[in-house]
Amino acid sequence: MSKIVSEIRVQAEPFDIDSEIESLTSDRSDVGAVVAFTGLCRNEGGRLSALELEHYPGMAEDEIRRIAADAAERWPLTGLTVIHRHGRLEPGAQIVLVLAASAHREAAFNAASFLMDFLKTRAPFWKKEHLADGTSGDWVAAADHDDTAAKRW
Amino acid sequence: MKLRYFAWVRERIGHAEENIDIPDHVTDVAQLIAWLSSRDEGYASAFAEPDVIRAAIDQEHVDHATPIGDAAEVAFFPPMTGG
Repeated sequence: MSKIVSEIRVQAEPFDIDSEIESLTSDRSDVGAVVAFTGLCRNEGGRLSALELEHYPGMAEDEIRRIAADAAERWPLTGLTVIHRHGRLEPGAQIVLVLAASAHREAAFNAASFLMDFLKTRAPFWKKEHLADGTSGDWVAAADHDDTAAKRW
Repeated sequence: MKLRYFAWVRERIGHAEENIDIPDHVTDVAQLIAWLSSRDEGYASAFAEPDVIRAAIDQEHVDHATPIGDAAEVAFFPPMTGG
């Protein structure tokens, strides 16, 4: 496997998608495809005022790194970026960025999808709802369809 | 041994981490969950459905049959909901 550019970050701050793509593509001419997925906070039909993202510092980065290494084994990628935010995020705010770069689009699409499926089911993050009426809501329950999606790989 | 709790497991137990001496007869993750559950109502509530609980030893996912061995840190948390 040729060496790929890999950037894994867990941070409170928002991210700049253009500059993240730039760092996967600048000064090289072998990248033919970059797939970008951005996950955003929804208001769930006006029910939510925010999501609180809790994470396990250290393990979160390590687990994302393990998932990224797995993706790099499966597809001929030139670069991978995963940035996951934590803390209180309001509707419309960015939660997660996944970039997968490759010579061709199929590997990039598949790797981005794979990374998201495993981030959802294996990266140690938990979402708590804050409700629009100012009260604290419940912890978001894990979705069966996320487990099903991860099993297809 | 350092124990860490996250999300609603943390809320029900009432704290995020603690250092505990584990009795010798507690040798795997399932036994540790059972032993903690017997300590007080908070732990019992957190671990009321042990099958739901996920565990990590030294920051790597493990199943409940995994021996604790000489782990420095064991964490318990609900199924993950990131992404």
